[in-house]
Amino acid sequence: MSALHYPVHWLQRRDLLYRPNIADWQVGIAISNTSILCLPFITQYTGFRGEISCTDPTLQIGKLYMRELVTYIERVPRTKSCSRWKKADILKNLPLPLREAVNPTSWRKCYTLQDIDACMSRVQVMGFNEKKSVFGSLTVTCCSSGYSLGSCNWIIHSEYEKICYISATSTLTTHPKPIDQAPLRNSNVVILSSLTQTPLTNPDSMIGEFCVNAAVTIKNGGNVLVPCYPSGVTYDLFECLSGHLDSCGLSTVPLYFISPISDSTLAYSNIFAEWLSTSKQSKVYLPEPPFPHAELLSLGRLKQFTNIHDVQNDFKCPCVVFTGHPSLRIGDVIHFIELWGKSSANTIIFTEPDFPYLDALGPFQPLQMRVCYCPIDTSLSFSQANKLLKDIRPQHLVVPESYLTPPTSVTQRPDLVINADLSPMSYKQGDVITLPVKRKFECIEIDPKLAATLEPIEVKPGSAITMVNATLVVRDNKYVLQPLNPEDKLAKPFKPRTYIYGTINCKTFVDLLAKQGISDVKLEETEEKAIIELPNDDILIQVENGSTHIMCGGDESVRVKIRDALLQCLQKL
Amino acid sequence: MSEITITPLGAGQDVGRSCILVTIGGKNLMLDCGMHMGFNDDRRFPDFTFITREGRLTEHLDCVIISHFHLDHCGALPYMSEMVGYDGPIYMTHPTKAICPILLEDFRKITVDKKGETNFFTSEMIKTCMKKVKAVNLHEVIQVDDELEIKAYYAGHVLGAAMFHIRVGQQSLVYTGDYNMTPDRHLGAAWIDKCRPDLLITESTYATTIRESKRCRERDFLKKVHDCVENGGKVLIPVFALGRAQELCILLETYWERMNLNIPIYFSLGLTEKANHYYKLFISWTSQKIKQTFVQRNMFEFKHIKPFDRSYIENPGPMVVFATPGMLHAGLSLQVFKKWAPSEQNMVIMPGYCVAGTVGHKVLNGAKKIEIENKQFVEVKLKVEYMSFSAHADAKGIMQLISWCEPKNVLLVHGEAAKMDFLKTKIQQEFGIECFKPANGETVTIETQHNIPVDISLNLLKREASLKGLDVPDPKKARILQGALVMRGNLQLVDPDEALRDLGIKEHNLRFTSTLCIDEAGPAQKLTEKIYMLCKNHMTDQQTQIGSDGSISVSDVMVTTSGEDDDPKSVLVTWSHQDEELGSMLMNILRSELPIVTD
Repeated sequence: MSALHYPVHWLQRRDLLYRPNIADWQVGIAISNTSILCLPFITQYTGFRGEISCTDPTLQIGKLYMRELVTYIERVPRTKSCSRWKKADILKNLPLPLREAVNPTSWRKCYTLQDIDACMSRVQVMGFNEKKSVFGSLTVTCCSSGYSLGSCNWIIHSEYEKICYISATSTLTTHPKPIDQAPLRNSNVVILSSLTQTPLTNPDSMIGEFCVNAAVTIKNGGNVLVPCYPSGVTYDLFECLSGHLDSCGLSTVPLYFISPISDSTLAYSNIFAEWLSTSKQSKVYLPEPPFPHAELLSLGRLKQFTNIHDVQNDFKCPCVVFTGHPSLRIGDVIHFIELWGKSSANTIIFTEPDFPYLDALGPFQPLQMRVCYCPIDTSLSFSQANKLLKDIRPQHLVVPESYLTPPTSVTQRPDLVINADLSPMSYKQGDVITLPVKRKFECIEIDPKLAATLEPIEVKPGSAITMVNATLVVRDNKYVLQPLNPEDKLAKPFKPRTYIYGTINCKTFVDLLAKQGISDVKLEETEEKAIIELPNDDILIQVENGSTHIMCGGDESVRVKIRDALLQCLQKL
Repeated sequence: MSEITITPLGAGQDVGRSCILVTIGGKNLMLDCGMHMGFNDDRRFPDFTFITREGRLTEHLDCVIISHFHLDHCGALPYMSEMVGYDGPIYMTHPTKAICPILLEDFRKITVDKKGETNFFTSEMIKTCMKKVKAVNLHEVIQVDDELEIKAYYAGHVLGAAMFHIRVGQQSLVYTGDYNMTPDRHLGAAWIDKCRPDLLITESTYATTIRESKRCRERDFLKKVHDCVENGGKVLIPVFALGRAQELCILLETYWERMNLNIPIYFSLGLTEKANHYYKLFISWTSQKIKQTFVQRNMFEFKHIKPFDRSYIENPGPMVVFATPGMLHAGLSLQVFKKWAPSEQNMVIMPGYCVAGTVGHKVLNGAKKIEIENKQFVEVKLKVEYMSFSAHADAKGIMQLISWCEPKNVLLVHGEAAKMDFLKTKIQQEFGIECFKPANGETVTIETQHNIPVDISLNLLKREASLKGLDVPDPKKARILQGALVMRGNLQLVDPDEALRDLGIKEHNLRFTSTLCIDEAGPAQKLTEKIYMLCKNHMTDQQTQIGSDGSISVSDVMVTTSGEDDDPKSVLVTWSHQDEELGSMLMNILRSELPIVTD
């Protein structure tokens, strides 16, 4: 894989691009620092016109990630681009993994710095638990997912339905604000994704192992190389490693942090107090910087450089170097492998789980350098995910197909799956699935003037009913019922309908007729039927259970009298 | 009809001691809990006995909201929560939560340690009080309980200042605290969306002023400072540790750099220095420009401004000193003022509002001899300048905020009564909405009217849309909806037939058949045609048809003619009760237009 393939790899991991009609999307959502990376492809190259929302840290740090990526790629410009190998007949003869590449013709060149700015200027910033209305019919909120600064889970709800998207989430205590579970409860559908990529390792013990390996290497006079991203777990690595080195009496060992955006990410980490864990937050109240790396920086133990060329002047070995890119295809990390790879005293420690480390090292072989693999993935493990699901109890669960069977490498671990008790629906790349959400009710508002005219009738204990004839006003997808305008009452389609119900007591009916002056009445009653005859007016009334038929001559005045008497025997709505 | 009641315990037709009690949707809230700088006795704090004569406040209040860290908005908080007694939640933004305890502690020190007052809150009380504080983020919707929710908006005034939108069910109100509608050198402008609250409670410090542009004021300020130091004078700028101090520091710092000046600028140690740290850590609450450039250069790391030492007061030569507190009522600024006031060369610049009763207020009013504690008099010869740098919205800004959030009522607080009158008239004229200005202890009740929310079945709603043949709803065309409102615990609007079926009610089917005897010869079909034409002509808006069996249908009313060619014909008109109107109308037409045989 060449460096250019790197961003495409990301695209394939994210399911965003696989909807054919992306230009028609009305809303897009960005989740966390790393999943925002392909956003410029969507905003700049697909005709996507919708709104994009994310949290402030996601916007700022995501932008820095993009800038780092683009800077790295632009440092090694390519004059030639070859695409003929992508043809199906050639492709099938190529070795793995190229042979299995998914749709390589859709692979794109990386975006530019201009694209990043244009893309980011369209993003709207949201805070945790901020309610954002989408066309009046939906509300979107995000709540902390505890994975990284500003990372969040998304909740889309209407008045009666709720869908949650659980993305990169962590229940561990690191630097970000802890996961907020309460908003995820009682949802109709939960879509679960981004579980740990290293289900067999525990991030806590890996961080310990990382520190020990680094310290041992330093003690033996070697250097430590850590390929990393410029934010996220890297902050925790600074904190843990410096503490561990102190306890080993290695406080003088310098830590170098080299990235085109190292200054920005360290500066930003200081100002996101609202998005940090309580213990980090309380430091800001003192006022002290929330992360210990601020102090390391001012003491000169941690040194940041935006360019490898700036390092030369005061580069002291043995040391620990944190630099990108963890794929080992771009960035300053390549220079350090070349520099230190020949000595077995040095160690390269992989902590990012995103790339298979042996493949990453492939082109650099043979290497004398010691290689350690301590993947630190703080996202939910299967057992943590099952525990979370048990707590939030969604009606329906949607997960990627791969979560339903144990990973191929460890088929003997049946616990590494999502609990089948919730009978999850599954999806795979490219699927379009329909979520099992059935809407039954919508919210409508009744104008108080209209409400004042309504007179509900109690038809059963605890149940009252009234008929409503009103003007329906729809604005911003909000429905309001207002009193009818006088002209509407005359308009053609309006036919106010009255509902009558009840059983007729023929005796009462006859009495009422008498009151109207109709006294010449013959009543014949049987079990299920009554016939009332008014011989004077040549009128016949048939009363049955649930229906009445009045047959009369042309004299309207009599008919109206009978009608009114009959209606008095019935209830009206 | 429901209502919102408001009682200011402080800041009613007054500036200082902001404390407003609100009852909305059955919830009681306290908005701000401030102290009055102008008083040293009981009047310093709001009169909490208004809430309850004895016992704690916890059961009487659902929550307390603090808008920003100025003492006239939070100074009484430990007194209220620890000495009167309140254990419920107190909400404020992160920067306010960070800075507020420091200012409270400073206030306590001046009052207890310097002035020797007893029966005042202790450091321990400030700590316990702050433990009850819950920090809020901008735009985050916080559910105080099942019904009450609050949301903070950026207010600009000082670091962390917020306006609060408070909602219970459909009732809502916005409390602005202090706010600023024009961005300044270090903070952004207040912003709120069109939330259409029932009530807007707004400050009105500058109710009658429309201030000239900020640039002019800044240029004026710099020129005055520069002129004074050039003539060898000393400039004293009394400030509060946080807020204006930082804005003016940035202003002077950039000016000094541009003009290449090396006259010393000092700010008083401790508080102000610490304050700068807060600004550095809460950069996200400052202005857009500072946020964008902070990685390259943090604006709050000053090159030209150095910490002040008390001994510098006696130093010869020109200098500029920022000293706390801002109203010259105590502390270092007063000390410096005492020393410098007798020289004509020197200058004091008051960059903000001074509460009546303070030395600052007297100086501004041109007093030439001022008593400063214990019959010590100071002659005031130095130049006195007032620069309105305090970041409050002016009349224009207040009107702008009203037009942004579109409230149904406005209530003015935190201003002087006479000025409020002017603004009140203006608001009533321009927006045509009610405007109130209660004095302290005076209760205002505002009636609110809201639509009643109901669940409507989607089937009914969709049918109404499709009846009109509209795929896309046309907002200009009114649609008519007929439904049954069913009350069974909740309110549901459903299809009438469905509702009746659900309730087990069977509709009574009432039909009428009227027989008319018509004296007309010829085939029955001829009469049918005649009736058909009659119906068509008289009832143009109804669907009239002749069926294959010779019967006429006018909408749902049926007319059948029968009889031999030479005999009078009988005409049967049949309709159901729902078509009563049409049926009787048709009867009248037939009876008046046709030759009826009567017995």
